[in-house]
Amino acid sequence: MVTQITSFGRSGLYDWMMQRVSAVVLSLYTVFIIGYLLLNPDLTYDQWSALFEATWMRIFSLMVLLSIGMHSWIGLWSVSTDYIKATGARFFFQSLCGLVMFIYIVWGVQVLWGL
Amino acid sequence: MLVSIYRYNPEKDDAPYMQDYEIELPAGKDLMVLDVLNLLKAQDPSISYRRSCREGVCGSDGMNMSGKNGLACITPVSEAVKKGKLVLRPLPGLPVVRDLVVDMGQFYKQYEKIRPYLLNDTPAPAIERLQSPEEREKLDGLYECILCACCSTACPSFWWNPDKFVGPSGLLQAYRFLADSRDTATQERLSDLDDPFSVFRCHGIMNCVNVCPKGLNPTKAIGNIRSMLLQRAT
Repeated sequence: MVTQITSFGRSGLYDWMMQRVSAVVLSLYTVFIIGYLLLNPDLTYDQWSALFEATWMRIFSLMVLLSIGMHSWIGLWSVSTDYIKATGARFFFQSLCGLVMFIYIVWGVQVLWGL
Repeated sequence: MLVSIYRYNPEKDDAPYMQDYEIELPAGKDLMVLDVLNLLKAQDPSISYRRSCREGVCGSDGMNMSGKNGLACITPVSEAVKKGKLVLRPLPGLPVVRDLVVDMGQFYKQYEKIRPYLLNDTPAPAIERLQSPEEREKLDGLYECILCACCSTACPSFWWNPDKFVGPSGLLQAYRFLADSRDTATQERLSDLDDPFSVFRCHGIMNCVNVCPKGLNPTKAIGNIRSMLLQRAT
């Protein structure tokens, strides 16, 4: 009944589902990192960098990075449509959020792969 | 007892204001808020509010009593008084017509949107469309809504987007027709709701459940609509 072309998947159900899926990924990663730090109290740089050199960890981290992008886009899009009523200001805010998330993802890939 | 009432007469007042009244309540009785309003109306006939059945069936006297939405006719004063004071305001989020009377136009528009009537494309039977007791049971907790708007006007999502978000009341009714075995437009109804606003602007804070004077659970109905949409799409 309402058409929105700036939402993430253009369907309410899709956005809702992706937000929940990404939330699960983010919580798993948080639990993993906290657990890893607790289990390795004398963590060295070599150990930490070896962890992030493993392919599975890079995949897991990239998944988290994409999840952050999705999750925050859907969330901030909702916030902007609730509180920013002027179309120009809302579009500017949404564009800014999109740009920041894109930068984070590209930058994150660079960091993860040590490019 | 001190009663503070939201006053606004657009023909006379530049801005709304709160007016205080002191009232002597009969001892040994716990009056309803509506009774107090009636006593005050005898004192000051200019106070405006809606009321009709005075027993929680018609849904006319929904208002905000000391911060919580409810029906004045079935809310005891003892429950609504906070720190010895009863504060009466119109339902939040809707335009005020005068004093405690709000313009329900936006609320009814959302109700109309969900097509609150049975849609059935099969030929009408000679007498009536039958339902089994189990099928009928699915409508319990849904059909009792009296459209008093207490829930929708307690919902921040409805405050921010009353034109796009259907609101708890409308969605409870939407599910009432989605769950009805005699309705054949289920797919069409679901397609109408699958956008980022109509259903999904609900963040499940359950203000609606907290205030519903009939004890209904719109959040649960909204959850059921989501499950139906998910089942259809996956």
